[in-house]
Amino acid sequence: MNKIILVIKREYLSRVQKKSFIVMTILGPILMAALFIVPVYLSQMSDETKQIDILDETGWFINKFENSDRFRFDYVVDDLETAKTNMTAKKGYALLYIPRPTASVPSTAVIYSEKQASIDLKSYIKNVMAKEVENQKLGAEILKEIRKVNPEYKSPGNDSLSRESLISEEILKNIKTNISLTSIQMGEEGKEEKSFTEVSMGVGMFAGILIYFFIFLFGSQVMRGVIEEKTSRIVEVIVSSVKPFQLMMGKIVGVALVGLTQFMLWVVLTLAIVTVAQTFMPDTVKKTETTEAFSPGMRIPADAGAVVAAEETESPDGMGRIVEALGSINYGIMIFSFIFYFLGGYLLYGAMFAAIGAAVDNETDTQQFMMPVTIPLILSIVMAQFVINNPEGPISFWFSMIPFTSPIIMMVRIPFGVPYWELALSMAILTISFVAAVWLSARIYRTGILMYGKKVSWGEMWKWLFYKG
Amino acid sequence: MSYYFSAHNITKRYANHTALSNVSIDVPKQCIFGLLGPNGAGKTSLIRIINQITGPDEGELFFDNEKLAPNHVERIGYLPEERGLYKKMKVGEQALYLAQLKGLSRNDALKKLKYWFEKFEIQTWWNKKVEELSKGMQQKVQFIVTIIHEPSLLIFDEPFSGFDPINVNLLKEEILKLRENGATILFSTHNMGSVEELCDNIALINNSHKILEGSVKEIKKTYKTNTFALEYNNFRGSLKTILPSGFELLDQQDEDDITKASIRIPEGTSQNELLSVLIPHITFHSFTEVIPTMNDIFIETVNAAVNNSVTTQNNRS
Repeated sequence: MNKIILVIKREYLSRVQKKSFIVMTILGPILMAALFIVPVYLSQMSDETKQIDILDETGWFINKFENSDRFRFDYVVDDLETAKTNMTAKKGYALLYIPRPTASVPSTAVIYSEKQASIDLKSYIKNVMAKEVENQKLGAEILKEIRKVNPEYKSPGNDSLSRESLISEEILKNIKTNISLTSIQMGEEGKEEKSFTEVSMGVGMFAGILIYFFIFLFGSQVMRGVIEEKTSRIVEVIVSSVKPFQLMMGKIVGVALVGLTQFMLWVVLTLAIVTVAQTFMPDTVKKTETTEAFSPGMRIPADAGAVVAAEETESPDGMGRIVEALGSINYGIMIFSFIFYFLGGYLLYGAMFAAIGAAVDNETDTQQFMMPVTIPLILSIVMAQFVINNPEGPISFWFSMIPFTSPIIMMVRIPFGVPYWELALSMAILTISFVAAVWLSARIYRTGILMYGKKVSWGEMWKWLFYKG
Repeated sequence: MSYYFSAHNITKRYANHTALSNVSIDVPKQCIFGLLGPNGAGKTSLIRIINQITGPDEGELFFDNEKLAPNHVERIGYLPEERGLYKKMKVGEQALYLAQLKGLSRNDALKKLKYWFEKFEIQTWWNKKVEELSKGMQQKVQFIVTIIHEPSLLIFDEPFSGFDPINVNLLKEEILKLRENGATILFSTHNMGSVEELCDNIALINNSHKILEGSVKEIKKTYKTNTFALEYNNFRGSLKTILPSGFELLDQQDEDDITKASIRIPEGTSQNELLSVLIPHITFHSFTEVIPTMNDIFIETVNAAVNNSVTTQNNRS
């Protein structure tokens, strides 16, 4: 046990001291932060005020949108086609159409614009709508609760019963509102192209791609490490002191820790950069933009920022705490699952990569073995597109159960909400799979690392599984 | 007699061939034991089994009167034939890591490494990366790493390959010193010169079978052919004319003013008889018994084994 820790320590330290690690650690967050800041900043460059017409069939949002330097909101009362024509005629920026809800509360809206509507506009609209709907729902729920106590109660004015004491977990769940905002670009020929931009989609896709990237990056690091030990022939010295299994596990765990370290550093550094950017451009990069940011790691503090804002502006009554509660539940799962699926997926693939590394003599020989291993990974990324459009469908379900694809597909699904039993089942399957993969790989590994100068075939590797000690 | 290390009836099979069949060796304490054999005979397989890198299919191993167990690796030092170190790692860091893997504490390892680095005068290498060192320098580092935990059993696979003559000598001296200090040493080699110089006992493995084992002295005695070499002058012509019957002249060559010859005397006669016959006729410059070199014995035994297996195969078919 003591020896495996020594191996882990060496694998970890030798990697985090590498120049490439340090460069990646610094460049990653800069690129990520740039991804959030630059588009926002660029959209601020044109300082003209954008004219937005609002056609609100619900009447819920009259005067809820506030004019600012960047946006001017006008309320129109027309039918949709006339409103569209009018907007084009007066060269307005966009038309926001909030249709009469089919169900009880409004939850959808459509933006018609000639150019793709900007992210900050969309996020502003969604925020305002969600807040308003949630407020309304909360009011209704509270009224319901109070009526339980006092059926005669009429007005929601000041009362001895504070709002906070009535707000239960259940209410919080009930009032949580997702506004789906569709943006339709009106082409020059009057063609309407749909483009979906939902935060959940962004978050899910981003998390899926990040997992994919991490598994690939660190899985192949394991493989290269094994090949390095094999070609430099040090492996024979080491396995005369530790068991091959200890060496393999030490390497896999050491590299996993490197991955986690890199991830944490990215989160921290990205936050730092965004915060700095906010202080230097307080007006341009608002908190709402960071809420729109895709990284799951980013979301907590961004929401915490929103909490502070909420508390300052409109929450003498504990709204801040509600938002905070909402934030922590959701993103707690998100972060936990991210770490779990990163580790689980990485262990599964890392073990296979280690076996491949042990079977070959140099990196060019890895191709034939890499193919079958990477196909499920690539397939997951391809399937992610379908999953994102139908996160509850059978394809989504099965691909989030199959351990080879579940790390990516499940991460894509989680922002849309996944039942706990599905999550638990998927995690259990993944756990069993990586234990099996590690066990099988260890058998190939201990034979492979001592074989030199031999072209290995799949049949050969199959035989290795049954060699004795 | 109890041995420090024994392997009993070791058999190891791979998918397509048998690497070792029923091989036993016994290594006495504080002995330098040579494991000889042509390439592919199974030496490295046996060495890996002794190091518990792989396990035997059949057979048992004993170390210091105990059954060989995983915790024994800390008392065994191993220098493999294919040597290597992490190229990107610093020499000192690496030596420290490998020493700790052998069970030394960090402080102990540091102290001992310091001693050896000073002894080999390589302190300046401590912070260099391995890839900056020459091959010979890397071998030195590797040797230190092998013996740093003061193992009581040392296993060297082809220890002299890749060293220049000066370093070979240094290494030989160290091996002898290690033995003096109580270590038992097992090494495989092709270099028969070093076998004669160093080994007390040997085992010869060919084609997965052990075909010869014993102390070097005994083996040489067995392979002695009662042949003597002499140098003389003042006699021209064949010695045959003066040799009594039973004495066989194997070779005779005239060189400038000296003649060299080799003569085999019959079983049971003493070399004094030969001398007494020759002294009246010739002036001696030298007279020595021809003792077979390990090289001769090696070639002879291996060839005999090959012929044997050929004949048995022929008989079978």
